Amino acid sequence: MEFDYSPLWISLKTVLTATCITFFLGIFIAWRMSNYKGKLKGILDVIFTLPMVLPPTVVGFFLLLILGKNGMFGMLFKYFNTNIIFSWYATVISAVIVSFPLMYKTTRGSFEQIDINILNAARTLGVPELRIFWKITVPISFPGIAAGTVLSFARALGEFGATLMIAGNIPGKTQTIPLAIFFAAEGGNMNRAFIWVCIILIISLIVMTLTNYWTQNHKRFKLYKF
Amino acid sequence: MNILVDIEKQFEEFYMKMKFNVDGKNIGLLGASGSGKSMTLKLIAGLEKPDRGIIKIGNKTLFDSDKLINISVKDRKVGFLFQNYALFPNMTIRENIGFALNSIEKNKRNKIIKDKTNQVKLNGMENRLPIELSGGQQQRVALARALAVNPEILMFDEPFSALDENLRSYMVKEIKEVLNDFKGTSILVSHNIDEIYRLSDKIIVIDSGKVEAVDDKNDLFLNPPNIITAKLTGCKNIIKVNQISENEVMICEWGIKLKVNNKFNKKITSIGIRANHIKCGELLKESKNIIKCEIAYINESPFKLTVYLIAVQNSLNKEKYNIQLEVSKDMWNEIKNKNKFIDIYLDPEKIMLF
Repeated sequence: MEFDYSPLWISLKTVLTATCITFFLGIFIAWRMSNYKGKLKGILDVIFTLPMVLPPTVVGFFLLLILGKNGMFGMLFKYFNTNIIFSWYATVISAVIVSFPLMYKTTRGSFEQIDINILNAARTLGVPELRIFWKITVPISFPGIAAGTVLSFARALGEFGATLMIAGNIPGKTQTIPLAIFFAAEGGNMNRAFIWVCIILIISLIVMTLTNYWTQNHKRFKLYKF
Repeated sequence: MNILVDIEKQFEEFYMKMKFNVDGKNIGLLGASGSGKSMTLKLIAGLEKPDRGIIKIGNKTLFDSDKLINISVKDRKVGFLFQNYALFPNMTIRENIGFALNSIEKNKRNKIIKDKTNQVKLNGMENRLPIELSGGQQQRVALARALAVNPEILMFDEPFSALDENLRSYMVKEIKEVLNDFKGTSILVSHNIDEIYRLSDKIIVIDSGKVEAVDDKNDLFLNPPNIITAKLTGCKNIIKVNQISENEVMICEWGIKLKVNNKFNKKITSIGIRANHIKCGELLKESKNIIKCEIAYINESPFKLTVYLIAVQNSLNKEKYNIQLEVSKDMWNEIKNKNKFIDIYLDPEKIMLF
């Protein structure tokens, strides 16, 4: 029997798309949250972190409620004659939702570690906030941002529960590697499951090695402590 | 330039009600840590916002809660020097100095960077990172960076506290030179009276979020208007007294009468005398204002001594020293007949009255 590689391509496509979205979304939300001083800060933080603490099936259940036929967005999609549930987009959405808290938490942590005087110095020099963000905040927080990206990538790659709930297990369409492993093992096809396990291992190792190499070379400057 | 500050701000620990109106080239804010002096600087710079009030510099209103004016930090044209220099760690010295000049045409920008680098004597270091510089050099980069954007005011927040003793007096000298060339106003925040004295001409004394005194530096050090100012300007001896006549006071606890010079007919409740104004040793010439003291302990520095004394008549409380006296080592060695007891002389001209 021909070995079906489609879960690999689906997984890679999903994970890369999801990591890209999480990367920018996570940095943006982390930036806004670290500057935000309003009353809702605590509640917002809980909401942004929740997908990390909840079991993935619960996240999937909520997504099903929101995106499903009778949900808020489900109605909208129906109006445009599309459907998100059980499509490839659903795998991306669930991967983004579960990996977002890791990116957000790690990045926000490193943003908030920056000496406020450094940012204030730039402000007194008349530098606009956006330039401060791209030229100072992001480069100084680079190690944190890189760590957050790797964690998000790993989490997105391993995503199972929420994906199963809202994207299902449609071979060639929504079946990612973790799903393929589960259904292969469940169907007694241990060899097939083992191949997928090896592939996941290889992907993880490559990504970890690349990022380690990347962050070490990028660390031209050390943050001086005061 | 004239600086008007009249603001209020609530903090968890204290209520800040800062009000002063000074006209000077180099202004010093003197206060103990936690007195609100750094906060005052941040409020003027726009890094913090007062609850209400007015901040005006020259004719420009920076903040007015009634008229809803609050000019943003980046438009206030202040150069702010932080205690830890706050250089951008990911940029070279050249990039640090030129960071805010990105809208200026390249040749002009390079000229400004070169000028400022020369002014703070950092030529040849342009391509280094902040981490590769010493504390004094980092401070000069911060100074060059602030000067590069042509600020109207230069603000220094405890600029020398992270430097060692030698470097500190050297940097004070360097900054004094920069301030001499600087056309605008400078405000220096410090708890160190030496730094404040050397770098400012007008001094504002701050304690627990309130202004205690505003004066020319020499007047302030000669005639501090109140006890807090006297203490903050380095007066170590403040003693409670009862006034007997216009020019005579009594230290009740010790039963000692002292002559004072009450030029302004003040009502006196306390007197103060600086530790280095007290004379000791051969005092045969003097007949009044001599106090017999017991030496409690002596603190020895390389070139001077701080002697802690207990007035002999004050036999009730021997736990705490009453008077602190400072004398150079040479002078101390000239005093003959040193034993446990010593006579000191309080010059009426040097006694401050409160």
